Amino acid sequence: MSEKKTKRRDFLFTATTAVGAVGAAAVVWPMIDQMNPDASVKALASTEVDVSSLTPGNTLTVLWRGKPVFIRRRTQEEIDEARAVKMEDLIHPEKDEDRAKNPEWLVMLGVCTHLGCVPLNDKGDYNGWFCPCHGSHYDTSGRIRKGPAPWNMEVPKYEFVDANTIKIG
Amino acid sequence: MSDHDYRPKSKVGQWFNDRLPLLTLANHLTDYPTPKNLNYWWTFGGILTFCLITQIVTGLTLAMHYIAHADMAFESVEHIMRDVNYGWLIRYIHANGASMFFLAVYIHIFRSLFYGSYKAPREIIWIIGIIIYLLMMAAAFMGYVLPWGQMSFWGATVITNLFSAIPLVGEGIVTWLWGGYSVDNPTLTRFFTLHYLIPFLILGLVVLHIWALHVPGNNNPVGIDIKKPSKDTVPFHPYIVIKDGFALLMFMIVFAFFVFYAPNILGHADNYIEANPMVTPAHIVPEWYLLPFYAILRSVPDKLLGVVAMLSAILILAVLPWLDTSKIRSAVFRPLYKQFYWILVADVLILGYVGAMPAEGLYLLIARVATAYYFLHFLVILPVLGFKEKTLPVPLSITEPVLGGSPNLAAARNKESKIE
Repeated sequence: MSEKKTKRRDFLFTATTAVGAVGAAAVVWPMIDQMNPDASVKALASTEVDVSSLTPGNTLTVLWRGKPVFIRRRTQEEIDEARAVKMEDLIHPEKDEDRAKNPEWLVMLGVCTHLGCVPLNDKGDYNGWFCPCHGSHYDTSGRIRKGPAPWNMEVPKYEFVDANTIKIG
Repeated sequence: MSDHDYRPKSKVGQWFNDRLPLLTLANHLTDYPTPKNLNYWWTFGGILTFCLITQIVTGLTLAMHYIAHADMAFESVEHIMRDVNYGWLIRYIHANGASMFFLAVYIHIFRSLFYGSYKAPREIIWIIGIIIYLLMMAAAFMGYVLPWGQMSFWGATVITNLFSAIPLVGEGIVTWLWGGYSVDNPTLTRFFTLHYLIPFLILGLVVLHIWALHVPGNNNPVGIDIKKPSKDTVPFHPYIVIKDGFALLMFMIVFAFFVFYAPNILGHADNYIEANPMVTPAHIVPEWYLLPFYAILRSVPDKLLGVVAMLSAILILAVLPWLDTSKIRSAVFRPLYKQFYWILVADVLILGYVGAMPAEGLYLLIARVATAYYFLHFLVILPVLGFKEKTLPVPLSITEPVLGGSPNLAAARNKESKIE
């Protein structure tokens, strides 16, 4: 066989394989993407919560996107404690001022950043939250202080619609 | 192998077999030469086949009554327990059957570890076995989610969150697995689908596992290569069939004990509380058969490294044939390995125990030591032992130690050659 003919075949093989691979990928992708959150799940993106009944030192837990959200009305001691912490003592350094824009109100996902359990209120070595699953301790700002969790509890996007209503999402 | 020359006696049989040689296969399976010294630890292959069939049959019947929906799953399981004819029996067999399956598979795996069944030329059998074991864990985990109790929900949350440890893409993968922003109905329906699929994948792999086994033939307690067929072997039927059958009967007594007298002893009371995404149970523990790996996960104080350690603990088994450098298979002739083997057994049991305990104080310390030892066993002790250990003399055949009563091996060999 001459060299020229072999090259022509090589081109055809490569081109066929390439087109075939693109076609296969185009078919596989919908099969994979169908598992991602669907339109109805995405539609439940925000919740409004009435917080007028909440007194200082208490926490309200609401469900947002299937996950619990802690709304904590903090006491002055808790705020002071959270703001007094030095950045170098933190595993995931974040200022309390950035986590709670209005210092009295702490709003965050009640989901441990380790493996997703719901931490318990007013527990743990730092007077904040304690996750019973694998022993992560959070402070009064919801920041991780001790245990396997890598990050602070996440602060979702939220805003005060009026003095008594918080809109999450 | 000689059975390839098999020719059915009847005309019809010949006609059929020429077109589809199923009768040749059946003949191969009945005549299959098996080492005559197999002990009862070798009966668990048959027992495991029984377990798989039991799970498939009971699972199929449960699926006729179960409803895979977050609002109805919990109630439909109670409906099965209270209303469906014999539903309680079928569900208890299925739930305890999972535990019995793992009990049998652990004995099967530790038998291989003791007698070196994973070594050349049986590496592929072993690796297929490890894949089956991984699929079993996936099936068991997803099956446990289906009743949609508190342990189901939070077990699913914790295990799927393991993937969030992967840098960069982790969170995206978890959302994709959930089909939402938390474990919810989309998660339940896909877990049900996969839980239904996996047993059939396992069935296919079991066929490959047995096929790969039938190429070199069974290992045996002496761990030597034997001639097949020879006076060292017996045909699978009736010898092994009867022995396996008797062992299966004993196993079924244990199985029946759990189903009829202690059907909930291996489960968690929390799973009779319907799933509640707002409250995590005070103490989350996986089923007993996953506890050693759970202990390894928790013994590492870093999220990513904990997940890596847990997965490595399982995957390290796949490369075991190359980590164990000793040419001698059976621990019977490896005095040092035999001791380390039993330390490993104790180590895994200890890991299982601390996995069920809270991860703090002394328990955490024990878990860390046991985790370190687990990896030490596979990564340091086994490779080194192959070079350092002084092994005992291995007999030339299975018959030799029996017939050659004298300690003089040469005499024994002589005697044997005469019999031959």
